[in-house]
Amino acid sequence: MLLNQFLILSAVLFSIGVYGVLTRRNGVMVLMSIELILNSVNINLVAFAAFREAISGEVFALFVIAVAAAEVGVGLAMVLLLYRNRRNIDLAGIDSMKG
Amino acid sequence: MVSLFVAQIRGLDQLESSEVLVAQNVFFAIIALVMVLAALKMVTTENIVHAALYLVIVLAGAAGMFILLGAEFIAVTQILVYIGAIIVLFLFGIMLTKGSFGTEEGEFIEKSQMAVLVAVLIVTVASGSFIDSFRYTELSREAPSTTAEIGDTIFSQFIIPFEAISVLLLAALIGSVVIARRDQ
Repeated sequence: MLLNQFLILSAVLFSIGVYGVLTRRNGVMVLMSIELILNSVNINLVAFAAFREAISGEVFALFVIAVAAAEVGVGLAMVLLLYRNRRNIDLAGIDSMKG
Repeated sequence: MVSLFVAQIRGLDQLESSEVLVAQNVFFAIIALVMVLAALKMVTTENIVHAALYLVIVLAGAAGMFILLGAEFIAVTQILVYIGAIIVLFLFGIMLTKGSFGTEEGEFIEKSQMAVLVAVLIVTVASGSFIDSFRYTELSREAPSTTAEIGDTIFSQFIIPFEAISVLLLAALIGSVVIARRDQ
């Protein structure tokens, strides 16, 4: 297997995730697109770990998974708070701090 | 019948390494295609619950990729943490906020051409630099990493980041409870 096939797959998934973050208006969908981005980064890390035969890449992938879990917890709590205060989770409508 | 089955299983051991490589590439192609299609459907579908289910497909495909790369512990962690826990959290988040979204405004922002441009630019630049740097780089076919090695590495070389991660998880737990609870 070539290293490149994994790297290009993860680049494609990363750009799809960025597209989702930029176009969706729903807060939960934005968080899910961020998960897609973090997952493509994990594929990259594990591919380089297999390429260099170094275990550190896989340990970093585990750390990324743990940080993603923490991020989803805090992010969903913020989305729920937003829903309670505004009765919707439309991210395009949040402009009260706009200068 | 049974002897035929046993012969089949014995035959699996005698696969040439080139045959294994072909099988790996075939599985890579199938999983990668499914992952990309599911990711595209996830970011374009109107229904948020369907998007969460498409995300499950992408995460399961990523676990398959980890197994192809010989990282079975990461694959198991991926299934446990992502598909087991994070997707359930997402479904709870969707259900607790469902019906809140005005459909007359739509799910998407109006001007998405810039987003398409950014995504295409990212994939072009990244793929170009990858092809430029690693065009013929083969992955090594040594024995895959074992779980024991990962444990040894975490608890010797990466012990301080590991403790920091545990404190971060505790902080995130307390923080999300504080953010999401109703004020008395």
